[in-house]
Amino acid sequence: MAGTSDLDVAYVARLARLTLTEAEARIFQKQLEDVLKYVEKLRHVDVTGVDAAAHALPVFNVFRDDSPRAWFTAKQALSNAPRQANGLFVVPKVVE
Amino acid sequence: MIGTDLPALSIADLQSLLSRREISPREVLDALLERIDTVDGGLGAYLSLDIESAMNEAEHSNVDCPLGGIPIAIKDIINVMGQPCTCASKILHGYRAPYDATVIQKLRGAGAIPFGKTNLDEFAMGSSTENSALKLTCNPWDLSRVPGGSSGGSAAAVAADAAFGAIGSDTGGSIRQPAALCGVVGLKPTYGRVSRFGLVAFASSLDQIGPVTKTVRDAALIMNAVAGHDPLDSTSLNEPVPDYTASLGKDLHGIRLGLPKEYMIEGIDPQVRDAINAAVKQLNSLGAEIVDVSLPSTEYAVAVYYIIATAEASANLARFDGVRYGYHTENPKDVLDLYGRTREQGFGPEVTRRIILGTYVLSSGYYDAYYLRAQKVRELIRRDFANVFHKVDALISPTSPVAAFKFGERAADPLQMYLADIFTIAANLIGICGISVPCGFAELDGHRLPIGLQLLGKPLDEARILQVAHNYEQSTDWHKARPPIYSAAQKPKS
Repeated sequence: MAGTSDLDVAYVARLARLTLTEAEARIFQKQLEDVLKYVEKLRHVDVTGVDAAAHALPVFNVFRDDSPRAWFTAKQALSNAPRQANGLFVVPKVVE
Repeated sequence: MIGTDLPALSIADLQSLLSRREISPREVLDALLERIDTVDGGLGAYLSLDIESAMNEAEHSNVDCPLGGIPIAIKDIINVMGQPCTCASKILHGYRAPYDATVIQKLRGAGAIPFGKTNLDEFAMGSSTENSALKLTCNPWDLSRVPGGSSGGSAAAVAADAAFGAIGSDTGGSIRQPAALCGVVGLKPTYGRVSRFGLVAFASSLDQIGPVTKTVRDAALIMNAVAGHDPLDSTSLNEPVPDYTASLGKDLHGIRLGLPKEYMIEGIDPQVRDAINAAVKQLNSLGAEIVDVSLPSTEYAVAVYYIIATAEASANLARFDGVRYGYHTENPKDVLDLYGRTREQGFGPEVTRRIILGTYVLSSGYYDAYYLRAQKVRELIRRDFANVFHKVDALISPTSPVAAFKFGERAADPLQMYLADIFTIAANLIGICGISVPCGFAELDGHRLPIGLQLLGKPLDEARILQVAHNYEQSTDWHKARPPIYSAAQKPKS
């Protein structure tokens, strides 16, 4: 298992699309290093030949009929949009 | 019904008065709203009430339905059409649910009235409800202490007779632990037993919806209404739903209860330990056989949980981007700025911490060391329980190692808060059912603080743990005790 010093909170926050202040990054760095140190105990468990767990009662191949049914109208789907126009969500420009 | 304190009634007693037309749904709702008005200023259990719709539903409710005319409080992480669903987060500011969750449709189908939304730790992440970005909820037994969490509002409301029953969600103990700390009953059903369609997802392989109630029978009554298969939740189990009240009242002869030696750890409050030991004796005297068992992987459960839960949360909470609903930052300079600042401003510290941890354990180069390894240890935990369930029908433990703690006592150290979930987490990791039932009081600073007994059952064996819990409950008076906030509310208004 990786050493805890590998965690770079500022970098991971960018991956997670979170804009942290330096002060926040410093606090989280310390707190999360404590948590990572705690979870290091898993390094000592012998998991040779153990498959990753799924669920208590495994269910496979869950399908339902591919049939039309009543669902949200565009108006309902947009009912909570902070910004909308012409029946669409509005986002900042993403192409030049 | 002059002389009856309506809000103090159980759902079962209320249902019987309603179906005999001795009281009307409107009288019930009025009495409950008056109680909320009296106590909730000091308690802080509710985030919103939809009084107008509730009045309308009370006028038209069919009291011959199983829960006809009975108001039920809903944890504010479940969508109820037309009502806010804040998840106690600033990021869902202004959101109104455009649909009913399946559990709400089922409650309505049984005649219940989902009239109000209760406080929680933001996105159900926490064990004290202190992580709510919107409100402080107090423990009705001592207002300077936490109600537990994350379903703290639901448990506090039920304990203070400010709700007849409530719906919570349990990802690592979030129904059972607040139920224990507030002195009420909380059931986490088997993973997949209750549809989660319309529950805002936190950790999808762990989340489950269940009832918080005054009595075990009431939990069974709510389960009868909400359990069952739902094509809109691909993890829901297509298995028949029994009548959960049918096993209540059957005696405990022939039932074997396991006492895991790893659960009587150091760090358990001595008063909690004494109460559990007394409950074990009581269960034994009621006819249950007590068997010592071992769950050797127990010490790894919290570590496994905080890798898996945060990993899943980091993926689930990616949807909050300021585009489709809720809060969004002003004047973003580009789309990444919109995402980054909306999320930083909208999420509180615990949610941010968990997203960062979850992103890290899933990131390239660390996935195998953390996430994959945690999933394998999770399998070892599952094998422990599978072995033990060959020998016993259910397991007994404290629900929480301590009674309600003071505000701020654990909030500064996330790891200490995580360890509060040590007895409840395994049930979520392996998908089994569990219930917390009141089993005594700790005396702290002159306050009586409730203690919860946890029973863990096999997958889909809710009827069995309800039977054991009911038998125990009916042989004690713990569930009849009422918190001081209740007595204060009883004083005549000046």
